[in-house]
Amino acid sequence: MTDNGMTGVCLRGVRVIDPFRDVDSRDEDLTVVGGLIVPRDDPRARGCVEIDGRGLWLVPRIVDMHVHFREPGQTWKETIETGCQAAAHGGVTGVAPMPNTLPVVDTPELVEWEAQRGADLGLVHVYPIGAITRQSQGEALADLYFMHQKGARAFSDDGHPLTSSALMRAALTYAATLPAAIINHAEDRQLATGWCNEGPVAEQLGLAGTPEAAEAVMVWRDVMLAELTGGWLHEAHVSTVESLHAIRYAKAKQLGVTAEVTPHHLLLTDDALREWRYDPVTKVNPPLRSKATREALVKAVSDGDIDVIASDHAPHHADEKSLNYQEAPYGISGLETLLGATFTALLEPGLMRPLDLMRLLTVGPHRVLRLSYPGLIPGAAADLTLIDPQRRWVVDPGQFYSRGRNTPLAGRTLVGQAVATMVQGRWVMRDGEVLNAGVSNLHR
Amino acid sequence: MAIRHLLQLEGMEPAAVQEILELAMRFKADVLTADRCKRHELAGRAIMNCFFEPSTRTKTSFELAGKYLGADVVNFQTRGSSLEKGETLEDTARTLEAMAIDVLVIRHQVSGIPERLAARVKVPVINAGDGFHEHPTQGLLDLLTVYEEWGHIAGLHLVIVGDILHSRVARSDLWGFLALGAHVTLVGPPQLLPRDWERPGLRVTASLKSALAEADVIQVLRIQKERQSLVGLPSWEEYRARWGITRDVLGSLREHTLIMHPGPQNRGVEIDSEVISGRTSKIAQQVTNGVAVRMAVLTWVLGGPYDR
Repeated sequence: MTDNGMTGVCLRGVRVIDPFRDVDSRDEDLTVVGGLIVPRDDPRARGCVEIDGRGLWLVPRIVDMHVHFREPGQTWKETIETGCQAAAHGGVTGVAPMPNTLPVVDTPELVEWEAQRGADLGLVHVYPIGAITRQSQGEALADLYFMHQKGARAFSDDGHPLTSSALMRAALTYAATLPAAIINHAEDRQLATGWCNEGPVAEQLGLAGTPEAAEAVMVWRDVMLAELTGGWLHEAHVSTVESLHAIRYAKAKQLGVTAEVTPHHLLLTDDALREWRYDPVTKVNPPLRSKATREALVKAVSDGDIDVIASDHAPHHADEKSLNYQEAPYGISGLETLLGATFTALLEPGLMRPLDLMRLLTVGPHRVLRLSYPGLIPGAAADLTLIDPQRRWVVDPGQFYSRGRNTPLAGRTLVGQAVATMVQGRWVMRDGEVLNAGVSNLHR
Repeated sequence: MAIRHLLQLEGMEPAAVQEILELAMRFKADVLTADRCKRHELAGRAIMNCFFEPSTRTKTSFELAGKYLGADVVNFQTRGSSLEKGETLEDTARTLEAMAIDVLVIRHQVSGIPERLAARVKVPVINAGDGFHEHPTQGLLDLLTVYEEWGHIAGLHLVIVGDILHSRVARSDLWGFLALGAHVTLVGPPQLLPRDWERPGLRVTASLKSALAEADVIQVLRIQKERQSLVGLPSWEEYRARWGITRDVLGSLREHTLIMHPGPQNRGVEIDSEVISGRTSKIAQQVTNGVAVRMAVLTWVLGGPYDR
């Protein structure tokens, strides 16, 4: 195996899907030395480890830009370490943890600490997202500039909507000067009084429902404020038909607006509540929607109206998810099913070309987080994932590296799975096993 | 043999509903109206009433039903206990099961709790009302009340008036009456109606007048001021004017139309005193039938014999 990336690796016969260069090419060879892509005839490539990649896809820089790692403060749910392991296991080379930890990541010191923690682990890239407002309380802007200086890639009060339109206006205006995107969790809390989607399923089960309008009214507001300010808005986990109209409107007007959809909203509907009955494993915010809405989301993604697919990885302890439907927390542990669920929803039915789909997991998040990557050219960092697109596998949360085993996909067969993940030339996962960095790497 | 629970009327076999109703009628005739003598069908059985939400009628009714059949009935004090909030279902189930009882009667303010507990314990669970999901023994006693009067349910037209969205009674009535072939109309302020229910035999409307013309039975729901019922409504006076079953409304009904109310009533709000004491009011019978139905249900879940 590679010795911290110093010995070369040559991946042979892979299908390279590189959205950064708009390339989808079969039977390629790729050589990695010293953590970088090198030309095939590079003298250092001599004696490199040969890997047969036939039948596999090679995709650079898959980034999940919406995860919750719970550290600091709620480490029984997840830590940065277990979260990064889950990412590597899921075939993800970079993650952007949301700042709704305890305390909230709302200072440059916490941003720096989080980034350093990620770097020390040496598993996957960690791109901190800072809070928009102090303690995400929606009352006063946090020090966005100082946080940005220390590596915050975007700002969000995720988990809480930014209710004040005046503050949203200020945030969009100010963050544009950094520049950085404002990521909003759109939800009118006064309208969103339920625990699941409003509709026949909720009505029949006797669970309080929340209408789609609770999200859409704020998405429309945000779009209008993006227009007013010229700022950069990213809507997290869009899940309603009317939100899609707002996003399309924004794009038609060429506003600085991007949007994200989660795999669970693309794959599941509120019928999952009939299947799981009152088990809060299906409780997620925004809630699983109707069949018609799921189809609209799938269509929006396959039509290219959506920029990013992200998991909204929200791990919880089993005890918390064993509470009743009202008391149990929202969220699905999604990092380790990100690729499988996305492929099953979009590739398996033949709705998208692989290159177009992979753009949403690579180029899309890079744009929102203002990350740059040149594509798989000599000199580029060897951050890549090998994927077996045909592999059928049954989701077994017992195999997760995440501490959160909470997923309504448990027991479901998905198609497509990462078989190896490389970050900066080092394998961080092979054949489902996460390879933690050595001590030397931790204390370098 | 699989454990028999009573969790909901939705999806229940009409034959099973009939079986319980017939059993209830026999208990009513033999025990409640004839000799009022305690029987021993459930002697030696322990029934636990576990009410996580305040209740007088249903709890007492279950208690009496068990005692009339010779069972020991205990009430588990839940208010203020650790069982009330923040305990996992596994722990609740383990605690209750560890007490070695024969039947669990559960009421909970959150929908689905009886069903989830039933999946975790090895004794029959009876849902005594969960959130705004179902209240199956109420549905059964309403069926019994109408059945006694008409001798059948099929073809009758039931109108349920009130806050349908937040009513477990409405749901159990709906499934029970539909299962036995009745037509059901749900009436109330539009924000308190389900918006997306389409089923054969079911109509949903905000217009009380249009519904009442064909009603054989009216179930008047309590407007629960302590719940969401009045949220988004101008006032209870407006509610009364538009959806109240008032003395004036009574005059416009067909002569035979039965009036029911699961109680407790807000006189002068959703129902008038003149209606409660009216000739076709079945409200007192509902309470008696509640005991009979619960005797039947306890016997039914335990698969107990009954021979006079």
